[in-house]
Amino acid sequence: MARLVVLGGGVSGHTAATFAAKWLGSQHEVVVVTPNSKWNWIPSNIWVGVGQMTKEEVTFDLAPVYAKAGITYKQAKAVSINPEGSESKEKPFVTVEFTSEEQAGQSEEIEYDYIINATGPKLNFGATPGLDAGHTVSVCTADHAVHASEELAKSIEKMKNGERQKFLIGTGHGMCTCQGAAFEYIFNIEHEINKAGVRDMADIKWISNESFLGDFGMGGLHMKVGGYAVSSKIFTESLFTERGVDWLIGAHVSKVEEGRIEYELLDGSTGEEEFDFSMLIPPFAGVGLKAYNKAGEDITDTVFAPNGFMKVDANYAAGSYENWKASDWPKTYQNPTYDNMFACGIAFAPPHPISKPMSSPNGTPINPTPPRTGMPSGIIGKAVAHSICDRILKGENAPLHESSMADMGAACVASAGKGFFDGTAAAMTVYPVVPDFEKYPGTGRDTDYTFGEIGLAGHWIKHILHYLFIWKAKLKAGWTMIPE
Amino acid sequence: MKKEEANIKAYEQNYTTMVPGSFAKKMRTCVIWQLIRFIIINLKMLVVVSKSH
Repeated sequence: MARLVVLGGGVSGHTAATFAAKWLGSQHEVVVVTPNSKWNWIPSNIWVGVGQMTKEEVTFDLAPVYAKAGITYKQAKAVSINPEGSESKEKPFVTVEFTSEEQAGQSEEIEYDYIINATGPKLNFGATPGLDAGHTVSVCTADHAVHASEELAKSIEKMKNGERQKFLIGTGHGMCTCQGAAFEYIFNIEHEINKAGVRDMADIKWISNESFLGDFGMGGLHMKVGGYAVSSKIFTESLFTERGVDWLIGAHVSKVEEGRIEYELLDGSTGEEEFDFSMLIPPFAGVGLKAYNKAGEDITDTVFAPNGFMKVDANYAAGSYENWKASDWPKTYQNPTYDNMFACGIAFAPPHPISKPMSSPNGTPINPTPPRTGMPSGIIGKAVAHSICDRILKGENAPLHESSMADMGAACVASAGKGFFDGTAAAMTVYPVVPDFEKYPGTGRDTDYTFGEIGLAGHWIKHILHYLFIWKAKLKAGWTMIPE
Repeated sequence: MKKEEANIKAYEQNYTTMVPGSFAKKMRTCVIWQLIRFIIINLKMLVVVSKSH
């Protein structure tokens, strides 16, 4: 019997674990190690953050789902991996620390034949002084979003009482990703303020590390509209203008205080912004897993990149932007040193950003880091699970499945306000996710498959996807038929 | 001045972008038109999803 250990139970890890359990059957064991007791459909946290959904609507208990799937569930966080075993253990193992109340403080060494690192990111609030001090809110977790909603309600109440409010939404560091989540949140806030009848009492401003509006960490995109290939910059600026939202881009937030932030721009200038309500996305880092060889020596630098994400089959020596190629991006997500280790979702180390790297004259890097969330995250998790299942069932030399972000597209729906008749969302597809300027000179993408439009239909799709993906994650009837 | 152009300020950062007119904005929440778009967008997404798996 072989054992597959999956670290992390988010979109990528949950997809990998559930498909692996289905394909391997009861002959082999799948173990999921995740510190959370609940699964969270993170895209809907935006609606929790404006009070349009409850925490309970976007989360569910993992234990009964894993029991149904025959998956061994450990509510714990991984702290280190010994891919060669140790002097006392022949097999490789991962050391975990339990996080549940009943087992708090206990640890365990779990042996494995194959391991998938799908831990997701560490929300690195500490990277910006003051970002972790509670002056701003976040929508990165369901609990954060509940808090954000409560603070937003207070601001709306103040506006109803005649007190003007300044809203500052965006990224809290020069190296953030997930601009899309902040984009959704700023327009959902604007929508809710409008509904509350106090829009004229609100000043709403966007701040981000993008060099142009609509970059979204993927170097922007061109969509075919009316016979033109139109940049996402045009569409995004249009929406910001239409909704009366001011913007500040190319910004690294360097300090956060009560009601005030300091920032540095790409041109080297510095400034400050005041706010009454602010949601700033933190930068991501690896969760800090350590790795040790058989002798107990620290080999973390061999297994993980300096940012803490796991090295996979990517080209980490691509160098400057001019040398980047689509082929730099990983295909199998196998660790180059240990062939029974894989990483998927945010946990794999990308070869480089997608957006062009930029820095201020002072040397401060200010550019989005690459997104690895949503649809690509699920597809990669499934491909990795497929590879491992083939190796377990067909032999160690079974070919690995490939799923490069430079060969896959993504469908994305960004909410701009919730409502069955007055809601809107930007529905987009992009193909491929990572631009391939050799295959598609000019825009880097196939404009026959890259499109976008905003409207009520997009909102309906996002709302349906909310129920569809929770249905799938709960492994209800027909779950395998729902694509990632 | 048309309402939809009210947010544009000469030579400020939003001066060079496009803004939707009242008809374009109306169509965004027109239920019949959006039902048609719902079908079309889903079909387009399914094509991209099928190319990615």
